[in-house]
Amino acid sequence: MRFQLTEDQRALQGGVRELLARRFGREELRAAVDAPGCLDRALWRELGAVGFFALRLPEVQGGVGLGLPEAVLAFEEAGRTLLPGPLMATHLAAAEVPGAATGETVVADVGACGLVEWLAAADVVRGDAAGAVPLRSVDPLTPLHRVPVARGVDPVAVLLTAAEQLGSATRACELAVQHARAREQFGQPIGGFQAVKHLCAEMLVRTETARAAVYAAAVTADPADIDTARLLADEAAVRGARDCLQVHGGMGFTWEFEVHLHLKRAWVRTHRAGDATESEENLAAELLAQPI
Amino acid sequence: MDLTYTPEEQEFRARLREWLGKVLPVLPPKPSPDDWPGRRAYDLGWQRRLHDAGYADVHWDASPTMRLIFLEETEKAGAPYVGAGFVGLLHAGPTIAAEGTPEQRARWLPPILRGEEVWCQGFSEPDAGSDLAALRTRARRDGDDYVVSGSKIWTSHAEVADWCELLVRTDPEAPKHRGISWLAMPMDAPGITVRPLKTLAGSAEFAEVFLDEVRVPVANRVGDENDGWRVTMVTLSFERGTAFVGEVVACRRVLRELAGEARKNGRWDDPVLRRRLGRLNAEFRALWRLTQWNVSEAERTGGVPGVGGSVFKLRYSHARQELYDAAADVWGPDSLDLDRPWVLDRLSSLSYTIAAGTSQIQRNIVAERILGLPKGR
Repeated sequence: MRFQLTEDQRALQGGVRELLARRFGREELRAAVDAPGCLDRALWRELGAVGFFALRLPEVQGGVGLGLPEAVLAFEEAGRTLLPGPLMATHLAAAEVPGAATGETVVADVGACGLVEWLAAADVVRGDAAGAVPLRSVDPLTPLHRVPVARGVDPVAVLLTAAEQLGSATRACELAVQHARAREQFGQPIGGFQAVKHLCAEMLVRTETARAAVYAAAVTADPADIDTARLLADEAAVRGARDCLQVHGGMGFTWEFEVHLHLKRAWVRTHRAGDATESEENLAAELLAQPI
Repeated sequence: MDLTYTPEEQEFRARLREWLGKVLPVLPPKPSPDDWPGRRAYDLGWQRRLHDAGYADVHWDASPTMRLIFLEETEKAGAPYVGAGFVGLLHAGPTIAAEGTPEQRARWLPPILRGEEVWCQGFSEPDAGSDLAALRTRARRDGDDYVVSGSKIWTSHAEVADWCELLVRTDPEAPKHRGISWLAMPMDAPGITVRPLKTLAGSAEFAEVFLDEVRVPVANRVGDENDGWRVTMVTLSFERGTAFVGEVVACRRVLRELAGEARKNGRWDDPVLRRRLGRLNAEFRALWRLTQWNVSEAERTGGVPGVGGSVFKLRYSHARQELYDAAADVWGPDSLDLDRPWVLDRLSSLSYTIAAGTSQIQRNIVAERILGLPKGR
């Protein structure tokens, strides 16, 4: 058993992180917030060119030929930088929708809760989008439509969503720690106060527990492992963003500071894969399914 | 990332399973929890069997993955716990192995491995708990002996121990971390009084140990004089490594039994309870994966477990308490009946967020040593 990232996986993680830092940094994030609903097609093609969408497509089909663990690492990085767009839908369509793998075609999916992300910006929609009604999305980086008919959810989508949540949780913890080290009150960094440092410690505990669950599910692709990953990663992302906001005090409540974007995106993702109660019920049933 | 086991690891598991299948049916009956000499004999007898079968030093020399397999398989098979052997095998032994002289290793390690001697731990004091380095038990040099006076607390197995790994203050003038030494104290030395302490579960699981001018040979000091704090940290990092593997396996079994019980008594029809059990399933599945992750990391970095153990302990101790609170919901009024199974386990779960470093201290460790936040209160 060697449940650690391999050298290749580290390299891939580093490569994606480097690309996203270069192409989607703070300024690009601000620009995206100021232009809601606009998808950066050039960036999308660039993601296609480096194999983000074709990552799991076999090499004979022009793909990269990698597996779920590598896809999880890439989506974790996307979650970390709040990269906007229907990444998941396009990635999942790589084998079926022409141009999806290369980033030429943008694909949207009807989700499990009857929500469609990025419908207006998409070239192709999978699922029944008839009667779609736009709603004023709480997340400025995810335009949403409601449709009458929900679509069954792909377990891979559940897992990759959990990977995005994991990336977001990791980032929220880093931001909170940076601030707690730098911000001084009462003549010392606030991270020296136990009330603050314990919030940060709990963020790390939730993130690292979720990481083990998400990576394990990527290796096994077992349905119970995926439900586990989803529940833990949702918790790590939503509570992580909340605590990060709290550590930042008044600044955390501003539009300017990015933590609200993490929180709002985390909320959107908790609905993407259907109700959490479904995962809880699956895992409850699993307790009875296997012998003691 | 790979969760499959190597052929060597699989063979180790298969051989262990086969051996457990043969040896467990012929074990003597378990002694009553109040029968301390009986418990000592039973626990040492088990260690002796492990020794004779070649598993004695699985906690020391085996790779972290082999140790994981050992703890997983013994728990699944319902084998005895390490019990009275805990301090010897998991604290004092590894410390002596890492820091002792060849003579000290030869004197103390073989009896631990053969299941002949029991060790207890004399670290905490009434006024030195979380702030362990504030300990005041004094050791004064007198010829070839230290003369030790003070008191220790929360000492498990003190009544039946042969040796005590003892932290004493050898230099009261030095800064508090720099005046401590680590001694092996024979428990039959004159001047030692053991007073059992009753836990909230109603049993005497640990004791207070009073030391009145106890003579301990200087030759029993492991490590340099006043270097005991560093020597101790070696020990504590073992405690936070694979220590909970068997327990996570056990919790997952308890959770399945609970689900079965809920199905029988009708509580399963309550969706709130059902989903709570579903969440606990996620929790313990994740804790198992985190264990595998930490073990693999120890494997990669060469064995000594790191502060990742604190992350695990924080989450696990809380989850264990949640498990038994959910259990009480499944049993209803039966959860008030001490004759029901698990009611004592529910009570003992209350110690998990306190023992071996409280959750508050663990959060300080995580924040300061992993996240790099400043020290301060």
